[in-house]
Amino acid sequence: MRTAYLDTLYDLASRDKRVYALISDNGAIVYDKYRKDLPSQYLNLGISEANMLGMAAGMASCGKIPFAYTIGAFLAYRAYEFIRNDICLQNQNVKIVGTGAGEIYSALGPTHHSTEDLGGLRALPNLTILCPASPMEAGKATRAAYEFEGPVYLRLGTNREAELYDADYTYEIGKGITLRHGHDVTVIGSGGILHDILRIADELNENGISARVINIHTIKPIDKDIIIRAARETGRIATVEDHNIIGGIGSAVAEVLAEAGLGVTFKRFGLHGFSKGYGTYEQVKEMNGIGITYIADEIKNWFS
Amino acid sequence: MNAKEDIVKICKDLRKDIFIQAYHAGSGHMGAAFSVADIIGVLYFDGVLKYDAQNPGWEERDRFILSKGHACYALYAALAKAGYFSCEELQHVGQVGSNFGGHPKIHEIPGVEASTGALGHGLSFGIGIAYANKVDNRQSHTYVVLGDGECQEGSIWEGALSAPTLELDNLTVVIDHNKLQAMDNLEKIVRMKPLREKWRAFGWNVVEIDGHNYGEIKEALLTRCGNRPTLVVANTIKGKGVSFMENVPLWHYRMPNEQELPVLMEELGMTQQDLELGGTGKE
Repeated sequence: MRTAYLDTLYDLASRDKRVYALISDNGAIVYDKYRKDLPSQYLNLGISEANMLGMAAGMASCGKIPFAYTIGAFLAYRAYEFIRNDICLQNQNVKIVGTGAGEIYSALGPTHHSTEDLGGLRALPNLTILCPASPMEAGKATRAAYEFEGPVYLRLGTNREAELYDADYTYEIGKGITLRHGHDVTVIGSGGILHDILRIADELNENGISARVINIHTIKPIDKDIIIRAARETGRIATVEDHNIIGGIGSAVAEVLAEAGLGVTFKRFGLHGFSKGYGTYEQVKEMNGIGITYIADEIKNWFS
Repeated sequence: MNAKEDIVKICKDLRKDIFIQAYHAGSGHMGAAFSVADIIGVLYFDGVLKYDAQNPGWEERDRFILSKGHACYALYAALAKAGYFSCEELQHVGQVGSNFGGHPKIHEIPGVEASTGALGHGLSFGIGIAYANKVDNRQSHTYVVLGDGECQEGSIWEGALSAPTLELDNLTVVIDHNKLQAMDNLEKIVRMKPLREKWRAFGWNVVEIDGHNYGEIKEALLTRCGNRPTLVVANTIKGKGVSFMENVPLWHYRMPNEQELPVLMEELGMTQQDLELGGTGKE
């Protein structure tokens, strides 16, 4: 995802002088191409997230389109008030780009995990939140963020995600995508964890449970229609996220279901506290209640 | 009147207009507004800031960010006098139906360049503007006014490191150094001294002035120094212009009582009729 983001941004910046890549001393190596070809549109502001985002807002007030990039946890927590007051309150055209969604930096521990970012940011007025799931989708989301006039939080993973799509497809902010059809249960997620969700669906299908999978690549504004339709047609909804169960996609889906008056079987799979343990990303997910086998077994229990 | 008398009268008017807002709103940070009134007066009315009140979005304009947004009555008074909007607006500040609140908001008030209020934001925002103008080779200068208490915010020092690194010679930051903050004397709460030396060590061109001396303010605001941004330590008096408010922390956020009101009005040179008017009028 990260390479797709950088390649797309490079393309946008090459064509549009208003586009700036701001970084807070993170991912310096991957910006080599910018330093070489577009030095005037690249700025490493050092380890100062608040200053970077405040500055980005000031630049946007002069017509620039800054993409401010570093680890999502540092942006969402350290610089929250700058996102709120300088970018969202003033509706400045800044793109806030957080890498390392969820527990991807598994062995680095909870200080580097973005597991409450959506909870905080989802409440901010004027902010659109995009969580792409694959390299192709990250490229499309980056382009959509550029074309969208207003603040965007782009929640990226890392560089290890496989491609999710076989062919090109239409990406539209606010429109969820049905990745797999099914009629017994719907599993909803966004971002890189959709790869796990597809495996959960495989496991369910092998056990005679027809599982629908929906990619909510836009957390805000959320696609209510696709959720309500899935609830009515499958009667059971599970959300899976590499994020705390409070405030993320599970909460967002629950809000839609509750306000639509849909009393379906429903469970949020996600973190219940700070992330625990170290290891590979797969191992850390297992330790924190979002492993594939655990979730598949829990959903199977709905049918026993 | 010569130019010197002009600015004296204008800054006197600004103080009256600050009180008119507080009087009608029933509250406000008057001490801070009186402290910064002369700096803002010189900025707008003594040939420093380049602006066009009829065209607030003019791209070549200079920008002014009041980072200590709680002093906004001074900014509103100056913007009204400059003709950005009707002086009558000043009577409605903080009331239902008005766009003018206790902290300034961009987009809603012509001439306001940033929404401020939470401290520690205006410097980085101003750095972003100055950087954008620099890369575009625009002959536009950015001015930011910080409070001295505001310099206790860590983000100020991120900006203090950033602006000289980016060689922002088109940025001037003024610290309204009245030595008081909400609760007490600044130095008693956090040891801020020596301010001048701190900013100089960070790479700024630093000048120190009397923040109520019009000549010194103007000279400092027009100072430029190589490729460095300029930092002006403006020594001011919180509550300047009203004897019982000056240097008294209590007046950070307080309204005069019945006994204090006539004293305040006399010292500001106001009549009851002035209070009922929308302000001293456009310059």
